[in-house]
Amino acid sequence: MYQTDLYEGMIAETVTIPGAGGDLINAYFARPLGPGPHPGMVIIHHMPGWDEWYREATRKFAHHGYAALSPNLYFRAGHGTPEDVAAKVRGQGGVPDDQVLGDLAGALAHLRALPYVSDKIGVFGTCSGGRHAVLAASRIQGFDAVVDCWGGRVVMSKEELTPRQPVAPIDYTADLACPILGIFGAEDRSPTPEQVAIHEQALKAHGKTYEFHIYPNAGHGFFYHNRPAYRQEQAVDGWEKIFTFLEKHLG
Amino acid sequence: MCTMIAQQIAINGSGKGTAGWFNVRQANVSYDHPFSVPFEHALNIDFVNEAQGPGARVAVELSAESARALVETILAVLERAEAGGFLEETAP
Repeated sequence: MYQTDLYEGMIAETVTIPGAGGDLINAYFARPLGPGPHPGMVIIHHMPGWDEWYREATRKFAHHGYAALSPNLYFRAGHGTPEDVAAKVRGQGGVPDDQVLGDLAGALAHLRALPYVSDKIGVFGTCSGGRHAVLAASRIQGFDAVVDCWGGRVVMSKEELTPRQPVAPIDYTADLACPILGIFGAEDRSPTPEQVAIHEQALKAHGKTYEFHIYPNAGHGFFYHNRPAYRQEQAVDGWEKIFTFLEKHLG
Repeated sequence: MCTMIAQQIAINGSGKGTAGWFNVRQANVSYDHPFSVPFEHALNIDFVNEAQGPGARVAVELSAESARALVETILAVLERAEAGGFLEETAP
């Protein structure tokens, strides 16, 4: 039963963690107060940057009982508003996958070392962060659940490969070491429902535990309440599915 | 999702950002997520000076149709200027 007199508290702050190549990067860290143990979550921001929506999302995970750490993957691009920094990275064709993976491995290690974090840690991302989440759960050992929200370019043609993104994440499916939840919009053009189906087939072929949901009347980024793509009903249901999935695998 | 379709070009000019005029040294052109215009993707142009940090930026986010019309108009205006003998030879 829900206890209305239970103490509830949270702390949210920026911290510094070692990232790729030993670089010190910053991260936004929100967690419930108390001794824990709290399951951990690495929260991967989207292409528009380490922005206010991601601050909110990180605190949302903490509200639901997770020690949530969101590394700033654009730290090396310099100081500026999230938009200005993200625009710089956008102009460069994004951040290199290997650098991102180094930063995410650093975030995972940071959580693992904390006495109040349990032995279960998941990873969540939207947009480019969804793609990064799939990559991280495949190439970094130690995640117990992954949530991919509309991560495009998990399935990539040869023409789409670049020095910064040299391998399609789907090609690492055999190495995926934890259950995956996928949240997608039927009207999205990246990933298209066809690409989602290809990814689902690969997961099935490799015997992975997965749960994919494609929402009708929703496109790309339908959780973003500050964008016209927001779809209230689908977003509410999507968040419920995320927390049900995480409770099952990390709780 | 981010397309990561982007190209950078060295340019020379001035742009007016939030801190006033600055020397523009580069244009970043992308067809990717915009920050403001209510489209999933837009033709984005960031006029920047990276030596002055990410904040030295003049941004526009355009529909594909608007971007094409803009390109045609720029070329048409330059053609008229050239025909009139007004074009100045400046540093690239």
